[in-house]
Amino acid sequence: MNIADELLNGSRLAMSRAITAVENEYDNAVDIMQQLYAHTGNAHVIGITGPPGSGKSTLTDKLAKAYRLQGKTVGIIAVDPTSPFSGGAILGDRIRMNDLTLDQGVFIRSMGTRGSLGGLSRKTAETVKIMDAAGMDVILVETVGVGQSEVDIIKTADTVIVVLVPGLGDDIQAIKAGILEIGDVFVINKADHDGVDRLNTELEMMLELNQQKVDWRPPIKRVIANRGEGINELVDSITEQIAHSRQSGQFVNRRTQRTKSELLAMLDEQIGRHVRKKLSDEGQIDQLVASVESRDKNPYAVVNDIMASVLR
Amino acid sequence: MEKHVRVLVAKPGLDGHDRGAKVVARALRDAGFEVIYTGLRQTPEQIAEAALQEDVNVVALSLLSGAHNHLFPRIVELIRSKGMTDVLMIGGGVIPDSDIPSLKASGIAEVFTPGTSTTTIIDYINANVK
Repeated sequence: MNIADELLNGSRLAMSRAITAVENEYDNAVDIMQQLYAHTGNAHVIGITGPPGSGKSTLTDKLAKAYRLQGKTVGIIAVDPTSPFSGGAILGDRIRMNDLTLDQGVFIRSMGTRGSLGGLSRKTAETVKIMDAAGMDVILVETVGVGQSEVDIIKTADTVIVVLVPGLGDDIQAIKAGILEIGDVFVINKADHDGVDRLNTELEMMLELNQQKVDWRPPIKRVIANRGEGINELVDSITEQIAHSRQSGQFVNRRTQRTKSELLAMLDEQIGRHVRKKLSDEGQIDQLVASVESRDKNPYAVVNDIMASVLR
Repeated sequence: MEKHVRVLVAKPGLDGHDRGAKVVARALRDAGFEVIYTGLRQTPEQIAEAALQEDVNVVALSLLSGAHNHLFPRIVELIRSKGMTDVLMIGGGVIPDSDIPSLKASGIAEVFTPGTSTTTIIDYINANVK
């Protein structure tokens, strides 16, 4: 199967296989991505982040349905944590999206973080591109929900939605730096629970203090996702945010930043790989490590020497 | 090049007993597999579609309601018809030994009945996954 061609012709199996190839770094992965790249850049990428238990999967399901009613096709990437001990994972987000399984306008892929610490798999960005090239209008990326430092999402999304719930212990907890700074739209889910007004007020206060995004003041939307309440208003806010982002030039800026950091990250990875391979081919690494550990050499000088010899 | 074995643990039909499936799912995770669990009351069509989207290597069907002779072969058929010919299909649950040969004939590679250790299942997958 020529995966890229078949994907561009609408094959969902090809899309699935492409994602696997990229995730597992098969030999044909780079080739596939090269063929697909020109077809990317059209999808609206929405990141959904927030603490565990905040209802991200349920919200993702409802958002997807709302976009489907608008006639849009929706790709969903649901990321769950990989166990650092066994390397395995339970990818259980799909369970909240059962209604969507048979909708041919929706494609849901579950991914484990496989060692990444920022809430997303390293291959999430590549998977976004694959779904984009396959023609998905909207791509929802649901992060792991580790807590407060899921900054990976900002590198991937045009719109970042931060989902919070009232009464998750100390409400101020949820409002530490990191999550607060990356939200374009804030959602208070389970808005029928106690503490919703307090959380709303605290959020507003923190957003007031955080006046970097002066021109776009992130709205706070109350939602009861499992009852489907507040979803339409949320979709409207997202639409407003994107319109504003395009008008102000933010949209293009963010995408340019994203492309730049991706390019540099790919470069770093290839260079690192190349140098490590050289070192291992030439059998030097154990020797170098021994000389550094014994303080015979210092690591700074060793690295300089390696660079000098590799860059000759 | 990393290879992670992806397993879909699925409960077809009207069967609400999910403890076994959850025990197996956790054991598979601890063995290093990525396990997608889609919950109760899945139709064969839903299972086949999920298998495609997730590009799984293994589909593990759990059924305690007695409908395995109808549902298991149907699911195999749907999965193959979607072009996924390399998927390892296994099953478990309340399945009489006398039903196993015909299940195997229809494409279920192995059936793990109550009392089987999870290690046996894990070893089988590792030995037979493509």
